[in-house]
Amino acid sequence: MQAAFQGRALLAGARDTLPMLLGAAPFGVIFGALAVGSGLPVWLALGMSALVFGGSSQFVAVSLLGSGTAVPVIWLTTFVVNLRHALYSASLLPHAHGLPARWRWALAFWLTDETFAVVENRLRHAAHVHDGASYWLGSSLAMYGNWLVWTVVGVVLGQSVPALATWGLDFAMVATFAAIVALQLRDRPVLWAALVAGTVALLARALPYKMGLMLAALAGVAAGLLAEHGAARRAAPASPETPP
Amino acid sequence: MSETRAWALALLGMVLVTYGLRLSFLVFGHGMAFPPWLERALRYVPAAVLTALIVPMALAPQGEIDVTLHNAYLPGALCAAGVALATRHTLAAIAGGFAVYGLWRWCLG
Repeated sequence: MQAAFQGRALLAGARDTLPMLLGAAPFGVIFGALAVGSGLPVWLALGMSALVFGGSSQFVAVSLLGSGTAVPVIWLTTFVVNLRHALYSASLLPHAHGLPARWRWALAFWLTDETFAVVENRLRHAAHVHDGASYWLGSSLAMYGNWLVWTVVGVVLGQSVPALATWGLDFAMVATFAAIVALQLRDRPVLWAALVAGTVALLARALPYKMGLMLAALAGVAAGLLAEHGAARRAAPASPETPP
Repeated sequence: MSETRAWALALLGMVLVTYGLRLSFLVFGHGMAFPPWLERALRYVPAAVLTALIVPMALAPQGEIDVTLHNAYLPGALCAAGVALATRHTLAAIAGGFAVYGLWRWCLG
């Protein structure tokens, strides 16, 4: 892959990311409003969107900071929630051969679920992409600019309508997450992961340092893996050794 | 530790952790492989973490388990999940959840 700015590829990357931009917009607004509504300063809300640039981890951090969670717990939670970015980083590595270091450092900074999906799709379908880096950069910049703009809108909204906090911004988080999770529950192992995680979180909610959250997440992931393993064994009873 | 310092530290750590994970393979990853078991485990992280966050909020908003009519979080969350399943639209689900939550508090709060 060559590393030269190619305007057309840049625009194509941004254009192919357009549906993702629309999808991310409301979450940017809710994040900004939620952050200032739960008493966090504006610089922190904007700093998270500009420097962390990872929606789910930002939502989780706002919820934890709002309830006075210890800082190391927030780091650990961020690590778990964003671990999938290492997987994206690994998946895109073969496409980054020949890119100079400064391109890799930059493209890695902007690596999100959405840009990964768009770029991976394009690079998988085009055998010899010579302008892939510009395409990737275009998708990255579009997502980044979009996220910043909608965060600012949310922050302004949260500041100008202080009543938002009293009529239940914390419910906005519950509703948002409930909707996101519900859409993933069609898959049986994911259903088990959610059920076990929710139960453990409820039982362990009084543990100090929000340890109940980590415990519940680990239990949920283990339950998902177990359910997947069980399903695989039921699907292929004839072969004792199912390939991974 | 002052609140501002705790906030700044939290942000700094989040930036380092997240950027580190994104850099891992792209910049430092030659000859490394992502373990397949971890790849499978990652599929369950979002559902597990998000559910773990909201279940205590919806079932025990004040700390004690509350499944009485005074808890508007529960019907609101169930409605959001139901609309999401029915319409596959996240925004419609959030709006529906909010409507039920608001009405519930207005009628019974």
